[in-house]
Amino acid sequence: MNRSAPTRHDEAWRYSDISAVEAAWPLAAPESIIVPAGGHFARTILQDTGSIHQLDIAIGKGATTAIHVLNIGGDYGRVELNITLHEGADFKLGAVQIGGGTQNLEIVTTVTHAEPKATSSQIVRSVLAGTATGTYLGKVAVARDAQLTDSVQSVKAMLLDRSATANAKPELEIYADDVKCAHGCAIGELDAMGLFYLQARGIAPADAKKLMLQAFVAGVFEDAADEEMLTDAALKKLGELV
Amino acid sequence: MLQITNLHANVGEKPILKGLTLSLNAGEIHAIMGPNGAGKSTLGYVLSGRPGYEVTEGSVTFHGNDLLDLEPHERAAAGLFLGFQYPVEIPGVSNVQFLREALNAQRKNRGEAPLSGAEFLKVAREQAGALGMDMDMLKRPVNVGFSGGEKKRNEMVQMGIINPALAILDETDSGLDIDALRTVGDGINRIMRKPDKAVLLITHYQRLLDYVKPDFVHVLDNGRITRTGGAELALELERDGYKELAA
Repeated sequence: MNRSAPTRHDEAWRYSDISAVEAAWPLAAPESIIVPAGGHFARTILQDTGSIHQLDIAIGKGATTAIHVLNIGGDYGRVELNITLHEGADFKLGAVQIGGGTQNLEIVTTVTHAEPKATSSQIVRSVLAGTATGTYLGKVAVARDAQLTDSVQSVKAMLLDRSATANAKPELEIYADDVKCAHGCAIGELDAMGLFYLQARGIAPADAKKLMLQAFVAGVFEDAADEEMLTDAALKKLGELV
Repeated sequence: MLQITNLHANVGEKPILKGLTLSLNAGEIHAIMGPNGAGKSTLGYVLSGRPGYEVTEGSVTFHGNDLLDLEPHERAAAGLFLGFQYPVEIPGVSNVQFLREALNAQRKNRGEAPLSGAEFLKVAREQAGALGMDMDMLKRPVNVGFSGGEKKRNEMVQMGIINPALAILDETDSGLDIDALRTVGDGINRIMRKPDKAVLLITHYQRLLDYVKPDFVHVLDNGRITRTGGAELALELERDGYKELAA
C-alpha cells in the first residue's frame, strides 16, 4: 500500500498546504482506537508544532467519546478524525483553531452513524488573521439502518483581517428517514459597535478584541479534563493576533 | 471642564455638526434638545471618539487638554462617559467581567492600583442595589436579553461603578416607563450632581428634566446651537414645539 500523496483534487485535502503534505508523506498509519461497548474515551489534541494528526475511532454500543482540539501551531496543521458510532453511542467534538500570519490550519471530520440511536455533536470555532487559512470539513454520514440518529454541528469563523480565509463545509449524507441532523455555519467579523462600546468604557482596543474573541471561543472546552490548559493556550495565541 | 468651539463633523461624507460651540463647567447639568436629525447623537459619538465620525474643524478641550487627540478608551480614562442610546449586546462577556476590566483599565491608565475582585463586587453591589438591579443580571452577558429599560438601567449602573467626571447621556430616558424614569433620574442626581462633575443630557422630552433639573437648556438644530436658556426653555419647547421656536 504505497499510496501517493493527495492532491487538490482530493476533496478532503482541497484547501491543504499540499507541499507541506508532500513533505510529510508517507504519513504514519492513523492511530486507531476502539472504545468498547459501554466505555468512555476522552482525548485532548493540542496541535502546536505544525503536524498532521489522524485518528480513527470506533465507538461501541452505548459508549461515549469526547475529543477536544486546539489547532494553533506551525505553518500547516491538520487534525483529521474518522468516527464510527455504533448503536446508542455518543460522540462530542469541541474544536478551536486560531491562526495568523500565513498559517494554514484545518480540521476534517467524518462522523458515521452506522447503527441506530447514536448521537453526535461537533462545535468548531476558528479565528483567523493576516493571510491565514482555516478550514473545517465536517461530514456526517447516516447509514440506512441508523434510525433515530441525533446529530448537531455548529461551525463559526471570525476573520480579524479581510485578507484571512475561512473555509467551512458541512456535508450531510443521510440514508435513514427518521433522523435529526442540525447544522449551522457562520463566518463574520468582530462587531464594530461592540468594540466601540467596550472602548468607550475604557478598555484598550487590543484588550477589547481579546475579550470578544475569548467570548467567541468560550464554552468549547467546557467539560474537558484539560480545560484550563486549553483555555490558557488559546488566550495566549489570541493575544498574539490582536 | 468641557469646551467645544466651532465644532464641525462629518459622518461619512455628510456634514452633521456645523459650527457647534458649547461650554460646560464643573457642577453644571446641561440639556440638549432638538428635532430628529439635528446632530444630537452625533455630538455624543464625536465627543467619545466613535470611528467614522470625523471632525473637520474646531476644537474640544476636556480639563484643558485636547480631547480629540485621544483614543476612545483614553477619553474614558480621562473621565468621560457616554451613556448609549442603544446599549450594545455582547454575547459571552459577563457584565461583571466587562465592568471590572473596564474600571481597572481606566485606573491603570490613570496610574491607580487595580481593584481586587472583592473590592469590585462591593462597589458593583452598591450601585446595582441603588438602581434596583438584581446582582444576577450583572452576572449575565452584557445587555443580552435585557429589555430596553433594563439596558438603560444597566448604563446607569455602569456609570455609578465607573464614576466619571463628565457624563454624556444620549436619550437615556427613551424606552423607560414612569417608574424606571424616576429611578434613572434619581441615579443621575445621586451619581453626577456634584460640584466636581458635569452632565450633558441629550433628550427629546421634558419628562426626564422633571427629575433632573438642568442648569442650562440648549436647542440644537441643523448642527448648531440655536438657542440657550434655563430650565424654563424646555417647558416652552414642550408647549410650542421646535418649529414654532425656530420661526
